[in-house]
Amino acid sequence: MFKNYLSSIEGISIYPIISLSVFVVFFVLLGYFVFKADKKYIKYMEELPLGDD
Amino acid sequence: MQLTRPFYKPDIDTINGGAAVERFYYDNKVVKAFMIATVVFGVVGMLAGIYAAVQLFWPAASLSLPYTTFGRVRPLHTNAIIFAFVGNGMFAGIYYSAPRLLKTALFSKVLTWIHFWGWQLIIVAAAITLPLGYTQGKEYAELEWTIDIAIAVIWVIFTINLIGTIIKRRERHMYVAIWFYIATAVTVALLHVVNAAAMPVTAFKSYSWYAGVQDALVQWWYGHNAVAFFLTTSYLGLMYYFLPKAANRPVFSYKLSIIHFWSLIFIYIWAGPHHLLYTALPDWAQSLGVVFSIMLLAPSWGGMLNGLLTLRGAWDRVRDNPVLKFFVVAVTCYGMATFEGPMLSLKNVSAIAHYTDWIIAHVHIGGLGWNGFMIFGMLYWLVPRMWKTELYSVKLANNHFWVGTLGILFYALPLYWAGFAQSLMWKEFTQDGFLAYPNFLETVTQIVPMYVLRAFGGVLYLTGTLMMVYNLIKTAKQGTFVAVEYDEAPALAKNVKVVGGHWHSVLERKPVLFTALAFVAVLIGGVVEFVPTAIIDSNVPTIASVKPYTPLELEGRDIYIREGCYTCHSQMIRPFRSETERYGEYSKAGEFVYDHPFQWGSKRTGPDLHRIGQKYPDSWHYNHMLEPESMSPGSIMPPYTWLFDDDYSKEDMAAKIRAQRIVGVPYPEGFENEAVADMERQAEGIAKNLKDSKINADKDKEIIAMIAYLQRMGTDIKNENTVRISDESRMK
Repeated sequence: MFKNYLSSIEGISIYPIISLSVFVVFFVLLGYFVFKADKKYIKYMEELPLGDD
Repeated sequence: MQLTRPFYKPDIDTINGGAAVERFYYDNKVVKAFMIATVVFGVVGMLAGIYAAVQLFWPAASLSLPYTTFGRVRPLHTNAIIFAFVGNGMFAGIYYSAPRLLKTALFSKVLTWIHFWGWQLIIVAAAITLPLGYTQGKEYAELEWTIDIAIAVIWVIFTINLIGTIIKRRERHMYVAIWFYIATAVTVALLHVVNAAAMPVTAFKSYSWYAGVQDALVQWWYGHNAVAFFLTTSYLGLMYYFLPKAANRPVFSYKLSIIHFWSLIFIYIWAGPHHLLYTALPDWAQSLGVVFSIMLLAPSWGGMLNGLLTLRGAWDRVRDNPVLKFFVVAVTCYGMATFEGPMLSLKNVSAIAHYTDWIIAHVHIGGLGWNGFMIFGMLYWLVPRMWKTELYSVKLANNHFWVGTLGILFYALPLYWAGFAQSLMWKEFTQDGFLAYPNFLETVTQIVPMYVLRAFGGVLYLTGTLMMVYNLIKTAKQGTFVAVEYDEAPALAKNVKVVGGHWHSVLERKPVLFTALAFVAVLIGGVVEFVPTAIIDSNVPTIASVKPYTPLELEGRDIYIREGCYTCHSQMIRPFRSETERYGEYSKAGEFVYDHPFQWGSKRTGPDLHRIGQKYPDSWHYNHMLEPESMSPGSIMPPYTWLFDDDYSKEDMAAKIRAQRIVGVPYPEGFENEAVADMERQAEGIAKNLKDSKINADKDKEIIAMIAYLQRMGTDIKNENTVRISDESRMK
């Protein structure tokens, strides 16, 4: 029944499309970064907490 | 000493090359203070939990006192555990790890101590006001508006201190734990401010800014993300620091942790509506909640695997290292709870699990297992280090581990059983199509033995905690507390323009930008959820016959909120035959437009009350509230005797009407002046009804107002003239 109220909102269908595109773009970029990340950088970062004793 | 250096070179190989080495210190005193607070309030919160649990099988334990009755003790328990136990544990861990990861002292000693004492004062204020019945009536956000403002101020101080520390740092890049701390700080601030918005009436009474469906959506957006950002992201940050420290090896995959972080904060914020499946919340919002909840599995399990796999090749050490034992079970519980969460958010599973003890079991896997065991592991690791000694008794710590683990099992398993059993009983029909258990109470007495076992589990868990307290005190006594630890690191080169590097590593060098982006990430989810709901407001499925409460009913409703009735009773009948048969017509969104706050509840220890209005005579309610067993033999509801002794309040009614009008309830101008007379008129009517049933009741007592509210609840749509505005417009 709530579909009726929903359909009365103008341009409602844009919401899921916006959210989907934001996700896809962000995660593609993130995935690319992680895939290409410099090994030295990763190694340095993961040992950060171990060095403070 | 100039410490603020926001820009530096990106190349890791030449970090700070040539810069002068600077000496600085780590403040252990504030860490110690937060550690003591987490232990003390942990014990208090667990005691409150056990006390509430005992009342479920032994109602007389409520002592027939308002302050010690389940409806007020339960919020005390949840607030103590979440904000005092887990909160103080989080601050201890953050104030220990963040300076060490950033190679700097905390930003401001003054802010740090204001944070500490401010937070403890808030906890004390909560411990006083909740038993007194001062509550906003929204789960996990019960504290009244004055305390809410204090929380906002202290939280901002914490955030400034954290971001300030990050800006002062000598370590070019922010380790993943720091990202989680940032996300926690900014998101909890956002959630708290939005959800706590309310119109004050007096210093300790207010009405939620939102009503009905919107209030529910905001509340569960908050409620779900309080779990996500108060109980989860902060502790994931702690996991990424303390687990590698305890295992003495780097995290399994730093790359995975990057993906873990962004996907978790992006997705979590959307999942709130899964708490409202099959309710009067719009369908699209429910579906959105389900889809994102399922997606959450990926980052959650990514994080869990990252934690567990950090121990690859070191599992032999788990055998004799209690710290690792606690961490392993904590992370495993995190994995179980975050698998269960998405499953529970499927509509068909929610149909069974919602309103039952299954949910209580689920949250305690998270609370006892994930948060509790993370705190215990952290404390067992920190105390020997901060007191420069060995743990007093490894054996005792190992015993704590086993007692605590058994405690979790004894807590959760009976409640899973109880949840399933009760839900199936609610839904069972006879061959003739009648409810197999038409009396709700039958389904309660069936599971009472499970409540006993659950309380036993709680006692076990507390016993383990007390073993830890003894062990840690002994450890501290045999060592010497190191109040300040000195360290040195080269200062970061000043004002060097950033060039190159991957965009994410650039981000890690710019804490303010990073914070802004994390904030945007969580904001997107919130905005997309709320904006359409706000627009819906103008298209709301208004039901013409739904009218504002009369002053006496409003007063009764305030008493209902004060007593925490929502902790055991829902006001939301889902559109299932098993529910409409038992309770009546299912609940419509338009029926709640004047409910500030909404009182849908999330648990049915007692039956749903949305259609209780006019179901029984006034005298039934009178007797039932005085002595529940007289009307429902075997009932585990406590008696509310004080409602028969205390007069309901008339002096605040004008202010209440004005406040209600401001939040959108259409009381006519000047109505506040007639409100008290209206109350008295209605009260006389109820007293007369009671007299007809041979009950001589004083018309000024709170019970009269309570009866007025209960008899009104859910009755408006029974009105013959019911015409939905949307139906009307369709006819035109």
